Amino acid sequence: MTEEWSVHGLEWTIKELFVYPNEYIYWSIQIVMYPLMTGLVAGAFVLSSLYHVFGQKDLKDMAKFSLVFSFALLIVAPMPLMFHLQQPLRGLEVFFTPHFTSAISAFGIVFFTYSMIVASEIWFVYRRFFVEQVSSLEGKEGIGNTLKRFIYRMLTLGAYDISEEALRKDERAIKILAAVGIPVACFLHGYAGFIFGSVKANALWMTPLMPVIFIMSAIVSGIALCMLTYIVIMEWKKFRIRTSSRPRQLTAEEVGGAEVDLVKKSSRYLLGFMVVAITLEILDLVFRGYTAVKSWDILRSVIYGKDFVNIFILQYTFGNLIPFVMLLLPGLTVRRTAVALVLVIFGVFMMRWNVVIGGQAFSLSFAGYMHYHLPVIPHSFETYKEGLFGALTIAVMPFVLFWGINKLLPSLRYK
Amino acid sequence: MTTLRGAAASALPLAAFRFLTRSEARAAVEGAKVRWGFLVDTYKCVGCGFCVKACKLENEVPYDAPVTRTWVERYVILKDGRMLADTPLGARDGFTGMEVQGVQVRKREIAKAFFVPKLCNQCENPPCVQVCPVGATYQAPDGVVLIDRSWCIGCGYCIMACPYGVRFFHPVYRVAEKCTFCYHRISKGMKTACVDACPFGARQLANLKDPNDPVTRVILTQRVAVLKDEYGTKPQAYYIGLDENVR
Repeated sequence: MTEEWSVHGLEWTIKELFVYPNEYIYWSIQIVMYPLMTGLVAGAFVLSSLYHVFGQKDLKDMAKFSLVFSFALLIVAPMPLMFHLQQPLRGLEVFFTPHFTSAISAFGIVFFTYSMIVASEIWFVYRRFFVEQVSSLEGKEGIGNTLKRFIYRMLTLGAYDISEEALRKDERAIKILAAVGIPVACFLHGYAGFIFGSVKANALWMTPLMPVIFIMSAIVSGIALCMLTYIVIMEWKKFRIRTSSRPRQLTAEEVGGAEVDLVKKSSRYLLGFMVVAITLEILDLVFRGYTAVKSWDILRSVIYGKDFVNIFILQYTFGNLIPFVMLLLPGLTVRRTAVALVLVIFGVFMMRWNVVIGGQAFSLSFAGYMHYHLPVIPHSFETYKEGLFGALTIAVMPFVLFWGINKLLPSLRYK
Repeated sequence: MTTLRGAAASALPLAAFRFLTRSEARAAVEGAKVRWGFLVDTYKCVGCGFCVKACKLENEVPYDAPVTRTWVERYVILKDGRMLADTPLGARDGFTGMEVQGVQVRKREIAKAFFVPKLCNQCENPPCVQVCPVGATYQAPDGVVLIDRSWCIGCGYCIMACPYGVRFFHPVYRVAEKCTFCYHRISKGMKTACVDACPFGARQLANLKDPNDPVTRVILTQRVAVLKDEYGTKPQAYYIGLDENVR
């Protein structure tokens, strides 16, 4: 047979001892990115809902920003799946012919429901702003202003009433949407956990705790990323104004950078969710060791042997323990928080990695191992999209989108 | 005659054509007299790999690609209790040396050794069908699990869900691929390529719904076992002489 062929997974899988011939690491870096992204979406949304639903006034500034950021993340969430599919052009079939016994088939419904909730919540939050823009841009010269006004007119959807009463109704709508959004956001991510947790063939994945663990770590990662982005943007603005020679409307002191109070308060929520997430993960680990069913021998050799550094050093120590202590120690500064947040996000990434890649680190035969070598320098489309650069593309995407969306929906307020 | 039939058909009222409900459709095929199963007699297998070779050629799985619809495993249990197992290239070229898992085994160290052919178990409760998000993989009324190559999106969920590792991505078509019991052959009254290729009768196809089928009689009357029944998949490939070491 002379036709060209390539075996998916052969490129990055190294087998050791007895592994079935068809076993490879089929779910690679993009499947690590997928739960990471949906997790960030869910977390960002929950953070904004803490203000809208539970009236946590201290999070007001964060709420608007994290809502818009969650929308940018949401658009990116299905992209790793498209990168992963062998037949990406058929990806839409999941919406056309969903096979409802499959956890993945729920994706279309949950994703669109959730998108609509977030989009309409943003609309209610920004409706007043749209109307104000339309009237303030009226009569201004230039194509840019005309175009901008046209876009804002479209965005108002014809609802120009910004009387007290109308805005009060908006507030109520926001509250309801934010409240409905929390369970849907949790479902969006919980079912990503279900996709893994329900694979009975995989000894590491199969646990009913998986969806809950995923939701908790999702909220942790979402809050951390929102806080970090907030800090970076605010500090960057301050830095730019300070170093720029051109006269600006605002002075550096007026912009003020990230607010320590806001950062401190948000980090308290972060710590709370971290405690729950870590507790569940440890419970899962202890339970597996204690019950020690048939698969435990191979799992133990992976968890305490092959993946020890990934799990205990990178995930638990650098990703959980160190940032936990950093955030708890008195005299919290913005800089220290920023470092801790980077570590937290890294820790959640490692958690996803250890679940997805770690779950394929051992053979179904329980008598062999598979090692994953992430393709770094791409030499084909497949090694690009399922390699380091594919993952980086996905990681950068939400920020690019946020930059664009933020032009129309300014979500960061200066003093 | 054709014209007559056409005229008769066109004269039928529209009410004569109707969609069957799911249960009606099932009832219509449940009367089917066929449920395909498989019998492997591990005592008869010598590990020649003819079955793997025949399968690859018959089903157009690229010959040198390290994936295969069926394969043969070699198990060597040493006197010191160690278990060694391998399946180089799925045993396409058979087992020719004494090196297993990189260990040079000497005859006097061996407590027992045997070969185990593997293929899709065509489970009664197939997890691969359950998890397919678009319904591209399905179970035929005669029990065989098939894949629609024009509909598979290539997500790999079915590959992850199979506890037996029989699924893989086809190296050319880039969709999920698996053993179909040579569906194109058995549905025409032939045997599977591997059954025909086996010189020792270690592999046999059975119609489990026919109690007079000689292979089914063996399954019904002799002591047989299945692989990994703990997963609740109800596998329909039966084995004679299965050992506790078999994975």
